[in-house]
Amino acid sequence: MPESDPLSNFRAAVRAWLDENFPPNLKNKSVGMEGGADDLGPEIGLWRERLAKKGWGAPTWPKEYGGAGLSHAEARAINDEMGRVGAFNPIPLLTGMGITMVGPTLLEYGTEDQKRRHLPGIATGAVRWCLGLSEPNAGSDLASLNTKAEDKGDHFAVNGQKIWTSGADISQWCGALVRTDPKLKKHDGISFLLLPMDQPGVRTRPIKLIAGASPFCETYFDNAVAEKTDLLGKLNDGWNVVKRLLQHERQSQTGGRGPGGERPAKLEELAKQYVGTNDDGTLADADLRTRLTSHLMDARAHTLTINRITAEAKGKVNVSAAASILKNSATHVAQTRSELMLEVMGAQGLAWEGNEFTKQEVAAVREWLFGKAMSIYGGSFEVQNNIISKNILGLPETTQKG
Amino acid sequence: MAALTEEQSLLKDQVSAWVREQSPVVKFREMRDSGVEQAFAPTLWPTVVEMGWTGIIVPEQYGGSDLGYLTFGVVLEELGRQLVASPLFASALVGASGLLLGGSEAQKKQYLPTIVDGTEIMTLAVDEGPRHAPVRTALQAKKTAAGYSLTGTKTFVLEGMAATTFVVAARTRGAAGETTGITLFLVPATAKGLSRRRLNTFDSRGYANLELTNVEVEASAVLGSVDGGFALLDGMLDRARAGLGAEMLGTAAQAFDMTLSYLKTRVQFGKVIGSFQALGHRAAMLFTSMELARSCAEGALQALDAKADNAAELCSLSKSKVGDFLHEMSNQLIQIHGGIGMTDEFDAGFYLKRARALEALYGNQAFHRDRFARLLGF
Repeated sequence: MPESDPLSNFRAAVRAWLDENFPPNLKNKSVGMEGGADDLGPEIGLWRERLAKKGWGAPTWPKEYGGAGLSHAEARAINDEMGRVGAFNPIPLLTGMGITMVGPTLLEYGTEDQKRRHLPGIATGAVRWCLGLSEPNAGSDLASLNTKAEDKGDHFAVNGQKIWTSGADISQWCGALVRTDPKLKKHDGISFLLLPMDQPGVRTRPIKLIAGASPFCETYFDNAVAEKTDLLGKLNDGWNVVKRLLQHERQSQTGGRGPGGERPAKLEELAKQYVGTNDDGTLADADLRTRLTSHLMDARAHTLTINRITAEAKGKVNVSAAASILKNSATHVAQTRSELMLEVMGAQGLAWEGNEFTKQEVAAVREWLFGKAMSIYGGSFEVQNNIISKNILGLPETTQKG
Repeated sequence: MAALTEEQSLLKDQVSAWVREQSPVVKFREMRDSGVEQAFAPTLWPTVVEMGWTGIIVPEQYGGSDLGYLTFGVVLEELGRQLVASPLFASALVGASGLLLGGSEAQKKQYLPTIVDGTEIMTLAVDEGPRHAPVRTALQAKKTAAGYSLTGTKTFVLEGMAATTFVVAARTRGAAGETTGITLFLVPATAKGLSRRRLNTFDSRGYANLELTNVEVEASAVLGSVDGGFALLDGMLDRARAGLGAEMLGTAAQAFDMTLSYLKTRVQFGKVIGSFQALGHRAAMLFTSMELARSCAEGALQALDAKADNAAELCSLSKSKVGDFLHEMSNQLIQIHGGIGMTDEFDAGFYLKRARALEALYGNQAFHRDRFARLLGF
């Protein structure tokens, strides 16, 4: 912490406001990724409304779109102060992909009318968004997608199937990547549409994963309707829109501090409990101790890299070369942590459900299984390495251009 | 690069230009082939001194510029890129750190100005066997009427042939393996009863083994406190490790740049080899390791400048993570260059040899993983 913090007055005001407005019984709670906030009682709604009124759901967005017009440094200060008192911001979680991805892309590509219609609903946490990007035959090779949108004069008719649409079954709106001109080259005939989910032409089916229930869905469009005014960006320019959107996605998956909530237990402390220690205090399993140390070093290196990139950018939204490594690094750290956690727990780490296992053990197992998706979604480990080798290192294209 | 001050950025450019002009790796090759005993080019040291780098961590009242460890790291990284061999690190970083952390006013006045002007070359003599183990210090220091009498051996003393003064870790009480009972002494290289032998090592640097037989020193030669020298030694070593982190990062970054440039120019099967995905991905993963290693190297230096509570953790993190990257990068430098990488005519061998030597110095990766775990309490 610098000696003279230029934001000290701002921080004091945030603290005072939190003191007044944060419901104490929500302390150290959070809402799940699936948006399950029901068990938090009526206070969660109240807390959301108070945050929304301040524009703190999306503090850096302009006031006219529901934000608070604050700087990134001020937004970080709000996050810090919330963390300090065990508060959290539920709005990013309640809006699905709204705050992290759809909103920033709308701010850049949206018309004035689109921004006014869509952004306030996101900033206040009222409207949940999903994204229809991947298809059964378009995963890493996203641009080979087949979902079609035909111009029907006053609207687009959308037909096709999307997969891995997180939260599609509980979202009100969807940002969908669709083919608008099959005659053009595959990257060129794509557009980005915004469409409401509550209509007869849209059907969703949740996907059960190896970890059990998941937020992912299959989404079917059968003559679904998108208004002409809900084309984001230019017709057939959707690939550029989605590239920006995916940059926002990678930024949100870099393992930075989340929006508050419970801090995970220290892995080394759990290891001491489960595995035991020698007389000199070292972990009884020497092999595990070495690998645990390597992991903790990797985690520390990752955090230092996030700090370094922030310092280098000096508050500007500047994507330095180092930022390109964060998705794979965050994935490596998280997946290794889960594997070590499972190993630490021994046979208790086989937990699926039941009273013989603690809540934490079951949660650790689900996290281990669900974590396998991290190196697949948002551009797989291999796709990230393609991006680094081509865009950062300047090596020739290694993949087939189609 | 960390968010550097304007001063640091200018310095970085200045060092980079100096190294490429005055001391590219071919100079190190010439020095090796000439077989000079002190293992650095005799004309090099005066020019390093002239650049002012010997005073970077020394306060102004002793003739330095007091710019801190991150600034020293900026210089070492650039020197590491071209494998510059000089006593700058051993004397102006490690030696000077010992005086700054534990020296009396008289000792600072006596040694710091001459470290800065280059006439004094100070180095640390700590290990007594093939592995880094400061706590195993056994060299005996017996109390005498006038001071102490030192008897024992020291191994792999960096710049041991060029040094004018050794900081010798000795045991004044207890037994090898105990942290209490260690005392540091400032011992002139010319002291009666001290002899040194050059070691002919694959990295062509100037290591020496020391033999001390009843070396008499006055009580004023004690650096820091009697019996309580381990903390001071640890502090010196941590500054050394953070400095090595920066130097090793530079060496590895140059190896990366050489490899990347080869990937873009070497043609096989009618294509540049960097267009093969196996090699593109390997380069991407090496780049990832490099960026993470850089954060550790800079984090350790910044923690020292900020006198942070977790500086020791970060110094071990830096030595270990940069060491891991340098290890892998120096192997890949040769692998990706293929046959040419194996020839003495090409520089890759120099990078591989320097890599292993620096990895081992003041604790290899395994030493620092163990230390990191102990610092974290497991």
